[in-house]
Amino acid sequence: MPKLVLEDVHVHYGGIKALKGISLEIDAGEIVTLIGANGAGKTTTLRTISGLLRPAAGRITFDGADLTRLKPHEIVAQGISHAPEGRIVFANLTVRENLELGAYRRRDRDGIRRDLERVFTLFPRLKERYSQNAGTLSGGEQQMLAVGRALMSSPRLLLLDEPSLGLAPILVRDIFQTIREINAQGMTVLLVEQNAHMALQIAARGYVLETGQVIHSGAAKELASDERVKKAYLGE
Amino acid sequence: MQEFAQQLLNGLSWGSIYALIALGYTMVYGVLRFINFAHGDVYMVGAFLAYYIAHAVGAGSHPSVAAAALVLLGSMVGCAILGVIIERAAYRPLRRQPRLTVLITAIGVSLLLENAGQLVFGADPKFFPQFIPGRNLSVGGVVVTSHQIVILGVSLLLMAGLHTFVMKTKTGMALRAVSFHREAASLMGIPTDRIISITFAVGSALAAAAGVLVGLSNPKIDPLMGLLPGLKAFVAAVLGGIGNIPGAMIGGLILGVAEVLVSGYISSTLRDAIAFGILIVILLTRPTGLLGRGQVEKV
Repeated sequence: MPKLVLEDVHVHYGGIKALKGISLEIDAGEIVTLIGANGAGKTTTLRTISGLLRPAAGRITFDGADLTRLKPHEIVAQGISHAPEGRIVFANLTVRENLELGAYRRRDRDGIRRDLERVFTLFPRLKERYSQNAGTLSGGEQQMLAVGRALMSSPRLLLLDEPSLGLAPILVRDIFQTIREINAQGMTVLLVEQNAHMALQIAARGYVLETGQVIHSGAAKELASDERVKKAYLGE
Repeated sequence: MQEFAQQLLNGLSWGSIYALIALGYTMVYGVLRFINFAHGDVYMVGAFLAYYIAHAVGAGSHPSVAAAALVLLGSMVGCAILGVIIERAAYRPLRRQPRLTVLITAIGVSLLLENAGQLVFGADPKFFPQFIPGRNLSVGGVVVTSHQIVILGVSLLLMAGLHTFVMKTKTGMALRAVSFHREAASLMGIPTDRIISITFAVGSALAAAAGVLVGLSNPKIDPLMGLLPGLKAFVAAVLGGIGNIPGAMIGGLILGVAEVLVSGYISSTLRDAIAFGILIVILLTRPTGLLGRGQVEKV
């Protein structure tokens, strides 16, 4: 049974049509990836799901609940967490405060403590940096914090926007490994990536976006061996 | 030396009033990135609310600590509500509009409050009831008035309270997050509009406290009294680094001391010029202010 469903979603930025009727589905427990060139609408799609942008037309539902008119903080309450493009950790706050903010809506102290331990198991580095200002972290550590913070709301769906952007190759491998781990623990993940090669390796399915439309979709393996996808996005 | 100490004390007491007003500018700038030019007029409303409450409870004729506290709290609560209403009615509908639009609206709100003030309170200055008896204390030749003690004590208490609120509470943490990046804060599940309302409430309450305190030392209040202190507190906020809370406190104190020293040692006609002189210098040499950090323009 599909969890997240986008039906013919249109989004306009000023006069520009950024999304021209996107439809996609994500099932519980899957990693699904959106790939495509710059400006294809990948980030816009994530921002629309998490309520930062209002669709001009179309419908978004999650576990049957209509998200289309909800505000971002209400969508977090529905169980969707979004680690935005560029990480955007709160540089003026400590690592501890960043993680606490991730759990802003929660009242279950025990659950929060358990999730904090889980984040520390995934990213031991964050434990070492616990009382430091997030602005002093390296790029890789900030990415860990952004993902860890997103996990702290105990979401049922994780939206990740370019988690590998600007990271050294070794860290890129680490972060993809971690995404796979998080998924293995039962988390549904929608992953936006420029690094289509890596994304298709860990995803079950993928959608290829071009100028605000879905132009291909299918199992990740098939997409990875599709000639058109290879040529356009995998550099082969 | 003794005279200098006296000037310094007068300056600090005057500066703490600027600091209280400057905090509202800087906090609102922090969450919304615009200068709320109506803020000085909220300070004026605070003084008038205190005037009416003091008369209603007879604080002027029968001064007592309880009555003074009631006047202060009443005025702060009243202005907190006013601040929230201003934000809801005038600024929130413009949330997705360019900042210039909001800035112009703020000037409109300022004019509205000033003229409504003249209509409701009357344009004539009013004598602020002296609900704290004026006494002079001499400490090593330096004269400390009871009003200065109250002004410094209340400001210190309020600033310490604000610091605790911003640094130690969950709402304060959310406020800092919204200041850093409103959109990212909303992705944490923070209801950003509510945090913005709280910011206006707190900032306006501090301005009201400044209005009450200023009434004690300069007991002549009128509906345009917020104009100049409002502008100067804005300078204080810029001096400290706009958006930076400790910066606003320090900027206010420096400005107060500078004004008093200039009028004491150079010429009292230059008193009002010093604030804007400081503004020009700070904008030319260090536009981010004393404590402000350069911000990378977000893409």
